Amino acid sequence: MKTIRLGAGAGYAGDRIEPAVELAEHGDIQYLVFECLAERTIALAQQAKLKDPAGGFDPLLRERMKAVLGICKAKGIKVITNMGAANPLAAAQATREIARSLDLQGLKIAAVTGDDVLPAIRAGDYRIEETGGAVNDFGNRIVSANAYLGAGPIRDALAGGADVVITGRVADPALFLGPLLHEFGWALDDWAALGRGTVAGHLLECAGQITGGYFADPGVKDVAGLGRLGFPIGEIGADGSIVITKVDGSGGQVTLATCREQLLYEIHDPTRYFQPDVVADFSDVSMQQVGPDRIKVEGGRGAAKTGLLKTSIGYLDSYVGEGQISYAGPGAVGRGKLALEIVRERLALTGVAMTETRFELIGIDSLHGDRLSAGSEPYEVRVRVTGRTDSMANAVRIGNEVETLYTNGPAGGGGVAKSAREVIGVVSALLPENLVSPSVQMWEA
Amino acid sequence: MKLRDIAHSRTGDKGNTSNISLIAYDDRHYQLLVQHVTAERVKAHFAGIVKGEVLRYELPKLAALNFVLQDALAGGVTQSLALDAHGKSLSSALLDLEIPDLLTIT
Repeated sequence: MKTIRLGAGAGYAGDRIEPAVELAEHGDIQYLVFECLAERTIALAQQAKLKDPAGGFDPLLRERMKAVLGICKAKGIKVITNMGAANPLAAAQATREIARSLDLQGLKIAAVTGDDVLPAIRAGDYRIEETGGAVNDFGNRIVSANAYLGAGPIRDALAGGADVVITGRVADPALFLGPLLHEFGWALDDWAALGRGTVAGHLLECAGQITGGYFADPGVKDVAGLGRLGFPIGEIGADGSIVITKVDGSGGQVTLATCREQLLYEIHDPTRYFQPDVVADFSDVSMQQVGPDRIKVEGGRGAAKTGLLKTSIGYLDSYVGEGQISYAGPGAVGRGKLALEIVRERLALTGVAMTETRFELIGIDSLHGDRLSAGSEPYEVRVRVTGRTDSMANAVRIGNEVETLYTNGPAGGGGVAKSAREVIGVVSALLPENLVSPSVQMWEA
Repeated sequence: MKLRDIAHSRTGDKGNTSNISLIAYDDRHYQLLVQHVTAERVKAHFAGIVKGEVLRYELPKLAALNFVLQDALAGGVTQSLALDAHGKSLSSALLDLEIPDLLTIT
């Protein structure tokens, strides 16, 4: 039976690059997939594109491509990535320049477009999933709308001979499902096969999270070699069989525990994991350790897709300002609490209008509030004040009031940090897929 | 004993909804999780943090439960003022939950 090996070269935009090089060099893989788009990343990328029409793709794209393209060309490994973000065409052009500079003549680079659905979203009055309100209530505050595309365009690009496929917003598992459709010729209504492929894609999409990254808890869940954590490889058979493993000698581990955590990562009802290509069902998935760092995954089904594409809509929401300062030694907590009171009073006195605030002590109650956090007093604490405002000027004033604690606050405060930023909110709506027209363009280096 | 003694956990986020997996190290302890870690118990544990409904899904073949916590992330990662805007640290808070000691059960 035909089996292909897919490597996951990144689990988010800022991920490490060395494990991808390791996969290309020593992973015996046919596909190297970089998953680099989070819910909010694409809205930020759209803003970057507004400022620079040639921008809006992953800031690390050039560095990643420089690191792997030569090896991949030599070994015949295809590269698939959503690093195109808000601008897959510009990302493909940048990749072509890199391929030429590396003397990789003939390398075929495809860009998948069509996920940018801003006009379609504006034309219909769609319901916002999170609030039940209408999309058009946001009016001209909307900055972006990107539909989650499926695996079809990636399959088409590969069928057209692409060596590198660069997309914008596609569903994360679809980055892996695309090559499976291409290699195995699975029909687009073979729901069982698409469900199995989605299991594989979901397990691989966060890269290091399934090889022991974001897992270690000393004394309970020990993981060796995290400093050089390796990224995962999926061995997928034409019958949908799945084995998860990693490069021999790389750090980390692939175990039942790491694979179970990843299967349940960011899913809700395990019987209905909504994807553009299929509604996947993870509820009967089982796993078995079949060797060192080798987990066999069985089960996983699928049902007909809904015909609706989840669409992420970015909008200008508000501004957030923040300031932090630290106190240490005897009485640190008392001085931290006094600092919070002072800043609270000064923000009121100087008329900084805030619609939402947090006044907290890092090391005491900043993560889970005062009820879950009751415990012994620490040696040092960090004051944190943050608030939401309707102007950048007011957001800046929040950090400034924390900074003035240097000469106007309790004893021994040090290490101020402050920031202010514009907040792009993200909500989602469901768009009929017949209003979305993905397309593939190809260039040769 | 603490849940941490028999189970591990990871948090994920989608918008303002958090999901927390709870997975037994030993498959034989799955029934303990089913029995003692109900949706109601989890909602009470996160009182003040989780404003919405808590749903529980059972995955016996993985010895795992998946909790879905609605309106749990102060608006979600793009908007939340929280230090941990993803709510990634919620898994550790769940593992702090007390359940009856194994010795008294078996």
